Amino acid sequence: MSDTSATSLAEQLAARFGDTLSISTVRNETTAELAAADLLAVASALRDEPAFAFSELIDLCGIDYLGYGQVEWDTETVSGTGFSRGVEGQALGRFNWAERPRGGNLPRRFAAVIQLLSITHNRRLRLRVFCEDDSLPLVPSLTLVWPGSNWFEREAFDLYGIIFDGHPDLRRILTDYGFVGHPFRKDFPLIGNVEVRYDPVQKRVIYEPVSIEPRVLVPRTIRDDADLMQAEAEAADDWQRN
Amino acid sequence: MQEIRNYTMNFGPQHPAAHGVLRLIMEMDGETIIRADPHVGLLHRGTEKLAESKPFNQSIGYMDRLDYVSMMCNEHAYVRAIETLLGIEAPERAQYIRTMFDEITRILNHLMWIGSNALDLGAMAVFLYAFREREELMDVYEAVSGARMHATYYRPGGVYRDLPAQMSQYRESPWHKGKDLKRINSWREGSMLDYLDAFTADFPTKVDEYEELLTTNRIWKQRTVGIGVISPELAQQWGMTGVMLRGSGVEWDLRKKQPYAKYAEMDFDIPVGVGGDCYDRYLCRVEEMRQSNRIIRQCVQWLRANPGPVMVKNFKVAPPSRVEMKEDMEAMIHHFKLFTEGYCVPAGETYSAVEAPKGEFGCYLVSDGANKPFRVHLRAPGFAHLSSMDTIVRGHMLADVVAMIGTYDLVFGEVDR
Repeated sequence: MSDTSATSLAEQLAARFGDTLSISTVRNETTAELAAADLLAVASALRDEPAFAFSELIDLCGIDYLGYGQVEWDTETVSGTGFSRGVEGQALGRFNWAERPRGGNLPRRFAAVIQLLSITHNRRLRLRVFCEDDSLPLVPSLTLVWPGSNWFEREAFDLYGIIFDGHPDLRRILTDYGFVGHPFRKDFPLIGNVEVRYDPVQKRVIYEPVSIEPRVLVPRTIRDDADLMQAEAEAADDWQRN
Repeated sequence: MQEIRNYTMNFGPQHPAAHGVLRLIMEMDGETIIRADPHVGLLHRGTEKLAESKPFNQSIGYMDRLDYVSMMCNEHAYVRAIETLLGIEAPERAQYIRTMFDEITRILNHLMWIGSNALDLGAMAVFLYAFREREELMDVYEAVSGARMHATYYRPGGVYRDLPAQMSQYRESPWHKGKDLKRINSWREGSMLDYLDAFTADFPTKVDEYEELLTTNRIWKQRTVGIGVISPELAQQWGMTGVMLRGSGVEWDLRKKQPYAKYAEMDFDIPVGVGGDCYDRYLCRVEEMRQSNRIIRQCVQWLRANPGPVMVKNFKVAPPSRVEMKEDMEAMIHHFKLFTEGYCVPAGETYSAVEAPKGEFGCYLVSDGANKPFRVHLRAPGFAHLSSMDTIVRGHMLADVVAMIGTYDLVFGEVDR
């Protein structure tokens, strides 16, 4: 996985697929973003063409980009009136189902991310497919190209509600039988919706609305200012002399 | 003659051969499997979502609990992903320690596997032998982290602390006394490295013992040879990695092909199977234990000769020592910030994988620049392997399903996450 191999992969991809893929290489990891409509054709080519030979689908997962980059702790300005820098935040763990963020209609909230591995060339490639419609996230299924994507797609469907078009058996996989909702979505409360207990009166297990309060111990903070630059400087130098 | 119809059979989740909480719905024709539908998720804890709600370091402990028989390898994948995004690298000594503990973990895992797989297929004794050595390695885990299993020992930037200079001794008790006590304490008189030297010098003879019980055992061979044959093509289609792939003759090991930590400096061999059946995978795993033993010896030798730091001296990521914290204001502030807020990881995404004992354990990490991950996805080898169950066991007998579950080396902590 030297520097040159990643660049040459990016070049090969660009030469073969042209505008279909938008390719970026960061830290020797190549990522190609493509439209859902092109996925199947690109995937079969990536698997079959000897220049790529991505024989293994290592991983497929969903992502929900709702709330990307949102914080609950202000680091930009200093308050003149007090010490509190807390800002209204709706990060994970702060809300229950009734108060869940309905968020402005972000364009393209859901994505499926696929990690491929070529054993012949010892190379990896990441594909990202954004779903065009938030209310019905749709991605073509890769089960015919790599059968191993079957369960990964079921998982992404279960946790994010991404629908894989053409999947032979798109059932829930990780959540409970009869589970409602897609729990890994950013607008699904961390505490969940229902809790289970044994009811001695009815002599059976019953489901009830959750009784715990949402709670967050550490606010979500982004410090893009001096922190990391300073850290680098300190790592290079002896920090105690700074 | 009475006509026999197909019927559906439920296997697990409460079944000793289900390795935890696997539920299998099988459609049977007599004793032959027509269709197997594994139901997983009974141990789903939402680790990935929990990780999104916590600062980065607080999720290391969750990683131990994924594949709970190869704890430190899981930590390694997660910690490496964070290090990649932060752009830091652990000191050399920490990397050797990680390499050594990855291999200790591999032996731990394979011991568990050989014991439980043999138990599933009717050989009780192997389990007892394997757990004897497992206990000794657990002591190493305990010596270094204080916990026998869920160590939380690897940290972004290194490991939590250096290896202990003294192994703790067993006290006299109704279970350990007399000659027995003297024997187990004789290894534990020196440092942890002395202890590992003694262990690794002895361990190959222990592997011989397991092999004596199984390798040429007629019943064992009848249960495994030619069972669950996976062709190299099939293995790649189903995203198999680790021994499941190598057992089919594909030379693929991340430790050799995409070396991380200090594997590039290690001298070891990768065993590869020929037939791709359960027996070949058994042979691969046994040989891997011997190879891991070799790697541990090399690490011990290096670690003995090269003392040094085991954590980066970057107090934005790693806490200062207690002594420094008490004496120095700056260190105090760093300590406070680290434990109340954590560190922010620059925005970006990465996928980092390690060769865990079961296959490729990967961590796909997306950060938006905050002190908590935006998305963590853990690629568990067992999940990919188990998904191929239906394809592979079709046409096999019911008892072969148990052999197959065993050879997959499943742990539901990682399959269900």
